[in-house]
Amino acid sequence: MSLTGSILEGNRLALARLLTQAENDSLEGRAALAELFQHTGKAHLIGVTGAPGTGKSSLVNQLALYYRKNADKKIAIVAVDPSSPFTGGAVLGDRVRMRDLSGDNSVFIRSMASRGSLGGIARKTASLVQIFDAAGYEIIIIETVGAGQSEVDVARLAHTTIVVEAPGLGDEIQAIKAGILEIADILVINKADRPGVENTERALRSTLELAHPTKRVVRHHGQSMSVSAPPTDSPMWIPSVIKTVATEGKGIDELAASIAKHVEYLQKSGDWEARDRARLGSEMEILLREALMDRFRENILPQKYDEMIENVINRNISPYEAVASLLNGKQT
Amino acid sequence: MTDKKIRVLVAKPGLDGHDRGAKVVARALRDAGMEVIYTGLRQNPEMIAEAALQEDVAVVGFSILSGAHMALAPRILELLKKNGQDQVKVFIGGIIPDEDMPRLKEMGITGIYGPGASTDEIIRDVREAMK
Repeated sequence: MSLTGSILEGNRLALARLLTQAENDSLEGRAALAELFQHTGKAHLIGVTGAPGTGKSSLVNQLALYYRKNADKKIAIVAVDPSSPFTGGAVLGDRVRMRDLSGDNSVFIRSMASRGSLGGIARKTASLVQIFDAAGYEIIIIETVGAGQSEVDVARLAHTTIVVEAPGLGDEIQAIKAGILEIADILVINKADRPGVENTERALRSTLELAHPTKRVVRHHGQSMSVSAPPTDSPMWIPSVIKTVATEGKGIDELAASIAKHVEYLQKSGDWEARDRARLGSEMEILLREALMDRFRENILPQKYDEMIENVINRNISPYEAVASLLNGKQT
Repeated sequence: MTDKKIRVLVAKPGLDGHDRGAKVVARALRDAGMEVIYTGLRQNPEMIAEAALQEDVAVVGFSILSGAHMALAPRILELLKKNGQDQVKVFIGGIIPDEDMPRLKEMGITGIYGPGASTDEIIRDVREAMK
């Protein structure tokens, strides 16, 4: 049987091997992906991101356990950890927190090194997700590298993005900065048994309040004033804030309920299709950019390229001029 | 276009709770440019074979300090084979008495490393086995 045939039949070894092919971007992998693509588009993709040490892996572990217990769905987990910028090597340690999931044939965990990608996921994470989707995994959880403030690529990939915070990581100013908090469909405050959880919750809620005004009555200098929400045509999704203690499994029911509500919202509002469109659009753009770059490199002598770099280093020409010259005088 | 990396599973089967050696090896392999998946402590052979399958690794290395290697090693090899991963190279580190080494090699263990083995030696052997 063909590789793709066995994957559609549920052969796990074939699946694992294709994941490797796709990760290495081999010709065989590309061909198999092309065959499988028509079978994708069914899974619910959940992104989990947040700073290192906030408990992403433990939370993913609990969430997968919850779905196995309550929904009997096939679950795939793609866990991304960083590659060394110097050697290209990596230690992928997310499985350590997911040992509860072993022995269950309906859960498939795959670790992935970021391989130089800076957006929090790897360049080929989207391909791996597509393969799992085609192989019939109904829920696919994508865990990013420990993300700082601007690693937001996962939001382009996932239907539902969960940002994990923990008490004591920052003040209100951190919470109003642009970046990672903006991509949250659901905000989780993990380690909610730690001191300082009230402050974290207040800061996050007030940030959400700035972004999504809701109708309420406030007291200002002793006067009661009614503040109305701006009128909208379609119901807007207001990110929920959920407190969890992943190591003890606390708050997971609430988190799962919030995820279910988000799915319902996506389907009702048409956002499910909109996100699909945006995801595939941006994937195509990235692939096109890579292909153009490859083609350009093939058609240029390496000496010419090195010569141009030398010219820039010696301050003879600027990087802009170098690029213009490489493109035969055409400005980009 | 193709970006191939050696993927290695480093595991701690059995009940001994000392994984410093395993971590040192994991770190050394990382510095040699490999992608190392670390499983954590107290894995049974089924869990290790399962992880090796899902991760599609080319190499499995495990560390045993408890003396249970003659029970655990053949079981892991058997499960890898059962899953269709006969081509995976298996390395052992830890406390392995000299008299057990020939039998382990016979079973199909590629390399055995005791106290004092250098990480350079391990890296060289892993690369050699991948040729």
